[in-house]
Amino acid sequence: MSTTPHIAYLDNGDSTQVLPEVIEEMLPHFTEWYGNPASLHQLGLRAEETLDEAREKVAGLIGAKPAEVFFTSGATESNNIALEGLRRLHPKKKHVLISPIEHASVRNVVLRMEKEGFVELEELSVDGEGLLILDSLREKLRDDTLFVSVIHGNNEIGTIQDLRPIAEICHEKGALLHADCAQTFGKIPLNVKDLGVDLASFNAHKLHGPKGVGALYVRKRLKLRRLFEGPPQEQGLRPGTENVPAIVGLAKAAEIAVRDMDEVMPQVNELTKQLADRLQEIPHVQINGPEIGSKNRLPGNLNITFKYIEGEAILMSLNYGGVYVSSGSACSSRSLVPSHVLTSIGLLHEEAHGSIRYTLSRLNTQEDVDHAVVETAKAVERLRAMTAFIPEEHSKRESEHATTFYKQRKEKLD
Amino acid sequence: MAIKYTQKVIDEFTNPENVGELDNANAVSTEGSPACGDMITYNMIIDPKTLIIEDIRFRSYGCASNIATASMASKMAKGKHIDEIKKMRPKAVTEELEGLPAVKIHCSVLAINGLKSAIRQWEEESGLVDPQEPIITEKIVMEALRDVINPETGLSLTKMNMVRHVEVQDNKVFVEVLVGETDEMYYENIVEEAREHIESLPGVIDATVKLTEIPVA
Repeated sequence: MSTTPHIAYLDNGDSTQVLPEVIEEMLPHFTEWYGNPASLHQLGLRAEETLDEAREKVAGLIGAKPAEVFFTSGATESNNIALEGLRRLHPKKKHVLISPIEHASVRNVVLRMEKEGFVELEELSVDGEGLLILDSLREKLRDDTLFVSVIHGNNEIGTIQDLRPIAEICHEKGALLHADCAQTFGKIPLNVKDLGVDLASFNAHKLHGPKGVGALYVRKRLKLRRLFEGPPQEQGLRPGTENVPAIVGLAKAAEIAVRDMDEVMPQVNELTKQLADRLQEIPHVQINGPEIGSKNRLPGNLNITFKYIEGEAILMSLNYGGVYVSSGSACSSRSLVPSHVLTSIGLLHEEAHGSIRYTLSRLNTQEDVDHAVVETAKAVERLRAMTAFIPEEHSKRESEHATTFYKQRKEKLD
Repeated sequence: MAIKYTQKVIDEFTNPENVGELDNANAVSTEGSPACGDMITYNMIIDPKTLIIEDIRFRSYGCASNIATASMASKMAKGKHIDEIKKMRPKAVTEELEGLPAVKIHCSVLAINGLKSAIRQWEEESGLVDPQEPIITEKIVMEALRDVINPETGLSLTKMNMVRHVEVQDNKVFVEVLVGETDEMYYENIVEEAREHIESLPGVIDATVKLTEIPVA
């Protein structure tokens, strides 16, 4: 027995460990080639060349041209620049659409636009696995729809959207499609031209790169109004000296992720599937989102509800047992309301409250899975032994809820 | 948002006392609901002669601090006279736990209210007090709102003078709450909590909570 307790980091959907190769690639850009890419001298030139190389690399990895790639501080900033940048340039287009399972960095941007009276916001419908219902898109698109924003790989339930048909429907109506690809980049093959998206957001820290850096893909000839003023970096769209070492890290991490994808992702999926199977031996659990290992499920993502207990308490028990995860419960969210993603796919509040998300990466091991299974079983058993939740009452509410939820959804669609 | 609990809270959560129920309990209560994500039930034995809480058990469905506050409140109640508990403020539990994060203060309210409603139920059944008249007044609504905590500050809506207007029409209640932009991420939570507290008052059928944003000066 080892003396240090085992730590299983299963929260790679939140952030990942930076790979040593990535750090090594970044280091000289702090200490040797620290010039500003805007400077005219040799060190400036060197930095500018570095930036160009990184841009070419990232563009190549997503199937874009280098001029279509803009470096930002991460996917949140990319989402803001994309959506707010469109809104400011097209004041006459008053209608925007989002999926109901967007990340806060899209959702809150459009909620703000709506609150300030700039746009009319509507939400599209998803099915019980989080997949967009295309008919709801066809119905809601209008002539004045400026953009539709859809998360490519959902961070909570791992749903991967088939963006191509979504893009086609949008374009028929003259609307633009933005996709938040923060979770899919480096995990599944991704080509912006094949997907047909007009704008797409990326980041580095979900794929073993550094935090605070990301990119925005903007289709050629598509214009955006910049959000900040300053010197004209990033073709004037994103003023401010580029974070050269971080951008180098982004390019390197993405390169490694894409290079190793075919080898690494099946292994990640294998471990995830095993974890899911073993956790399902615990009574009264349900997997949320598409089937683990299927083409519509983000590799490494497992979202599971342990009924009759609350997620923050599970998370904290696991934390003290050396297993790091996240939860969709109200108590573990910043805003103290349950995850809107989970309620959008039809979960009751109490099912959302009992949800735990395990996200695995290439660095996780069999030992991590073993440890997580043991600790989870222990935590669930302990918390259920003291819960005040009476399951019989729940099952009645559950069936009532399911009936009304699907009835309402059907009415919406009819 | 990482949640930072005190060692006391962690200890109480990992090793709670008085878990379960009592076969011969004469006072029971349930506060909260599964939909809200926190619920506590108490079982007590109150000695009818001495009015001392002789024994107590709890069950909790909720987060770590919900379990910790319920456990701590049960320990504080055991052996005490019911009058002492009736005077107890949520702050007493928080202090005993050496503090709670602002977003978790509502747990201490739930834990203390649970104790009080078990006592109330026993008093009503023993004929010591009249059952609560289902007459809703603005004052009663304000008292209910005293238990609604703004998660941003950990202080109640009434303490922060956030309640601008209360209107009662038969069994319907209308409340206007003033909020500032710093509370924005909690808007939904504040509305839900206020509604739930008002609607749990006997006789209230429907509560409408309207938020009015105070513009940033």
